[in-house]
Amino acid sequence: MDKEASSKSWAPWGTALIFLAMWGLLAWSGVFPSSAFPAPWTVVKGLIEEASTGRLATDMVASLFRVGTGFTLAILLGVPAGLWLGTRVRARSALLPMVNFFRSLSPLAWIPFAILWFGIGDAPAIFLIFMTTFFPMVLTAVAAVANVPSIYLKVGYDHGFGQREMFRQIILPAVAPQLITALRVTAGLAWVIVVAAEMIVGRDGLGFAIWDARNGLRMDLLVSGMIVIGAIGTLLDLLLHRLARHPGVRWAYER
Amino acid sequence: MSAKTIDAHIESHVFGDIEVLRDIRFDVSHNEIVAVVGPSGCGKTTLLNLLSGALTPTRGHVAREGPTRTVYQQDGLLPWLTVADNINLGLRHISDSREKLAVLETALAMIGMETFRDHYPYQLSGGMRQRAELARSLVSPAPILLMDEPFSALDYMTRVRMRQELARLLHDMPRTVVLVTHDIEEAAQLADRIVLLSRRPTTVLDQFTVRVARPRHVTQPEVVATVARLLALLNLDSPSAPDAADGRRIPLTAS
Repeated sequence: MDKEASSKSWAPWGTALIFLAMWGLLAWSGVFPSSAFPAPWTVVKGLIEEASTGRLATDMVASLFRVGTGFTLAILLGVPAGLWLGTRVRARSALLPMVNFFRSLSPLAWIPFAILWFGIGDAPAIFLIFMTTFFPMVLTAVAAVANVPSIYLKVGYDHGFGQREMFRQIILPAVAPQLITALRVTAGLAWVIVVAAEMIVGRDGLGFAIWDARNGLRMDLLVSGMIVIGAIGTLLDLLLHRLARHPGVRWAYER
Repeated sequence: MSAKTIDAHIESHVFGDIEVLRDIRFDVSHNEIVAVVGPSGCGKTTLLNLLSGALTPTRGHVAREGPTRTVYQQDGLLPWLTVADNINLGLRHISDSREKLAVLETALAMIGMETFRDHYPYQLSGGMRQRAELARSLVSPAPILLMDEPFSALDYMTRVRMRQELARLLHDMPRTVVLVTHDIEEAAQLADRIVLLSRRPTTVLDQFTVRVARPRHVTQPEVVATVARLLALLNLDSPSAPDAADGRRIPLTAS
């Protein structure tokens, strides 16, 4: 059992190592020109270069700040909106098609307006992150509330719960696991979108760094940017995954 | 056995354009245990919901002396709460935390689950979950216990054990009980009175009193005789019984 667990924790590193070796071998063989296919060691050099000038840190902070702000806003507004819509049949039928409409739009379609309304920098990127994550958050919350098993509501009724208690002690804990899953999915989405947004509306950030590297034909920096983006995305998911281990929500993942 | 704890006459209860219940007179005396037996889908759960007040009959009235607690077939425990917190739901009437703890501990001891107080329902077996739910209902001040096939999700041996335990608990802490079941042994072992329901529109086909002191054991000759009598009433006592599942064939013998 212990052996299995330790092999599990090492397995992803092993996969990464094999991938790295194949990449290095391919670069070393010279099948592709080095200008179009940077080797791992040049990428590492590029990464060190970016880190030593402090640009890597600035870009990471800029991107994380935009995702953090836009995503937090989307949660703060989207979850209550969704919970409210989930309990109000009429409001739901009036508003849900509109929410679905906006959710179907690629957030990148908003880029022209983002620039027009907010210019360049943090604000347009935050706006785009918000547009990406708000609507899925609302829809998940609506569905989660609608799917609360009626038996839990009956138990609340049996124990004389008022409306407030019903919401805080039954509905909220019942939907929490689904909200956490939605958080993981939309956080990933936000991270994908911030890179695309910064390519166009950014003056810094990891997306802008990639775009800048492409303009300067520095494929090594481009790949190092990609690696950082992928690593942060994976870390974010790991972090949010920890939420699912909270004893108050574990039941939903254990059945 | 003078005043009725439950006094109901459901002239008619309709879902959409389907009449589920028709002309059901249902009286239960103080601390009487009434088992309701009938074919599946005959509206037994609807009857319980009407008795608890979760539903109001389309025509008729339900009067009950005090609130009810329902024990469900499964999933009646709130999955995000530990065993202790689930039982505490039934102790909401006690404001003194010391007293609350004392009652909780007695309840845990009564069901033999002292060591499982901090476990979540998903960490328990089906029998333990039902035991915890029973405890939650029995610690509450509600004088009426409604049980909706409480042991039908359990395997046979656990079910027999749980029936014995319930018989003991109800002997120590008498309640007015309406037990909906299609387990004939369960009805024969536990009930003071057995009510047989027909198919939809459901009505009372027959009822009789079991004049044997409680708590009883399932192997007691009187209990075995009651099982035989019930099987005969349900046309399940001979191998050639025509379409025994069809409640309409139940003969209307006087008790």
